[in-house]
Amino acid sequence: MLTYTIRRLLLSVPTLLFISLVIFLLLKLAPGDPMAQVPLTVPPDVKERMREALGVGQPWYVAFPKWLYQFFAVEPLHFVDAAFGTSLGEGQQRVISWQTRSPVMDIVIQRLPQTLWVVGVAYVVAILIALPIGIYSAYRQYSWFDNAGTFVAMVGFSVPPFFSGVLVIVVFSVWLGWFPSIYDTTHKVSDWESFVFQLKQMIMPVMVLALQITSQLSRFMRASMLDNLNQDYVRTARAKGLGEKTVVLVHVLRNSLIPVVTVIALGVPAIFGGAIITEQIFKVNGIGQLLITAIQANDLPMVQTLTFIFAVLIVLFNLVADILYGILDPRIRYD
Amino acid sequence: MTDPRLSTEQAELATTPRSQWADIWDQFKRHRGAMWGGAVFLCIILMTIAGPWIYWNDPKFVPTGRDFLELRDTRPIYVALWESSAKVSWAYPLGTDNLGRDTLGRLLAGGRVSLAVGLAAMLLSVFVGTLIGVLAGYFRALDGVLMRFTDLFLALPLLPLLLVAVLLFRDRLSGLFGPEGGTFLLIVVLVGATSWMQTARIVRGDVLALKEREFVLAARSIGTSPPKMITRHLLPNVMSPIMVSATLGIATAIITESALSFLGFGFPPDFPTWGKLLFDAVDRMELYPERVLWPGLMISLIVLSVNYIGDGIRDALDPRIRGR
Repeated sequence: MLTYTIRRLLLSVPTLLFISLVIFLLLKLAPGDPMAQVPLTVPPDVKERMREALGVGQPWYVAFPKWLYQFFAVEPLHFVDAAFGTSLGEGQQRVISWQTRSPVMDIVIQRLPQTLWVVGVAYVVAILIALPIGIYSAYRQYSWFDNAGTFVAMVGFSVPPFFSGVLVIVVFSVWLGWFPSIYDTTHKVSDWESFVFQLKQMIMPVMVLALQITSQLSRFMRASMLDNLNQDYVRTARAKGLGEKTVVLVHVLRNSLIPVVTVIALGVPAIFGGAIITEQIFKVNGIGQLLITAIQANDLPMVQTLTFIFAVLIVLFNLVADILYGILDPRIRYD
Repeated sequence: MTDPRLSTEQAELATTPRSQWADIWDQFKRHRGAMWGGAVFLCIILMTIAGPWIYWNDPKFVPTGRDFLELRDTRPIYVALWESSAKVSWAYPLGTDNLGRDTLGRLLAGGRVSLAVGLAAMLLSVFVGTLIGVLAGYFRALDGVLMRFTDLFLALPLLPLLLVAVLLFRDRLSGLFGPEGGTFLLIVVLVGATSWMQTARIVRGDVLALKEREFVLAARSIGTSPPKMITRHLLPNVMSPIMVSATLGIATAIITESALSFLGFGFPPDFPTWGKLLFDAVDRMELYPERVLWPGLMISLIVLSVNYIGDGIRDALDPRIRGR
């Protein structure tokens, strides 16, 4: 297992390098000039020097290794500096955003908590709802509950988040006026009232994200339970007189959860991608919204960093899913 | 003593051999969701195709002067039911937008574009997926390379890259093919090029399994060439997963196109698609929720119906279920 993990980790390095090269080359084609916002009174030769300082116009085989060095050596050093008060990365050029002229990673770290809060809570809520629904639907297959669950799940992954989001805003904040339609990220939780407000503003984005995840997960859970419920070991468990609760919730559930856990792990990066749209609807200024504004403002270093972070998440969680599968299912041995 | 009913049935079975497709159709008909889905899907397609000929308002017409003030921001006709002072007109059943353009007309025109994008992107993605899947499954030498390539595509963060790519190539293609044609081509190619991976994997798996079967061995022993083998023996046998991923591909393509339009990276402003209509209406949804609801409802309905059709086709093509 350990050798497998190490091998997969090593294999993911060339994959990520290649992906970052693809992203890099794609962005190299981008039109747009970081000096477009600089006042016209700045003389052209100064502008040229500023461009040089930002590294624009270098051929890719110079720029790409430099970016790699910045991203994988300088940025971690600065991170260590910030965490422990050392000065390892002092004087080294960081990846600078063209929009704000401040380091890209600082902005990403500022924005990350908002995304993690909304996405994380939504994911947990969705899992908590989806698993019981899946289990009960499978246990009472073709009952009215199962049929209703199938229909709701079908609707859940057919309604795109940009419609369900807008729909809940129209219903809950325009017609009923229960929740605010804009997520206030400057809001701080200090007492009970502010906590209630935080809950209220989180309900709608979480609901929209959770609906999609729930509908997929509950289907997976149901299918996985159905696969296991007809197996011989279930009959054996019943035959030796175990209670129905033990049979379903211990024997069947534990076996059925194996594929579901990997699906949960695989879904994490997709959720970050999906959150781009949800953040845009509820004006959550997380990393998805950061990406959209960066693309619109032609802020290439920011776009590159964010896209690469998404790629890292995908590769990482693929690895996590594979390893989890190996750990949870003793029948699976990678060698 | 023989049961007369049974014997006639047997006779019927003996005289009229049923084709496989008739069986599949019978099974498909039994899937209620799929039948409803198919009906809704056909209805929407007919509406968007025939609508602009039957419907009286021109979606591109923008009134000017006094007409503009009179026609803009008309509410849908049903609003009069609960709000007697609302500005409604029978000539504009779903109202008009803030420029006085007819909402229903734009909805129909937008549907044409959305569906065209969905179908074209699906065809492209199914073609690429099948090609790569069959090549990887049939030719051993290509398998490793093509499957690593597929894995690589699966590891790409698609939505961010789509957004970047739209931004990069929109202006260049607009110059070549005009703003509408260029964007259409760009979105179809992008969506098609980023959604073929599942099809490729499934087709490769099926081809790998089929390759070991006796009929393939028999075909090879009489000297069938690889291209003939693929088109005559392998492709017909992997039709069912291809058809399922084709139906589901329409849904993915429509959702992706709408998402791009919704984020402001889609078609040019005066060119309606469902996602674009939804995006334009979001700013004023407090006053005019209907402008958000209708396009969103259309997208959801079409995706829902396509998903149900996919479900039905999957069941109908599965011989283990079909016999029951």
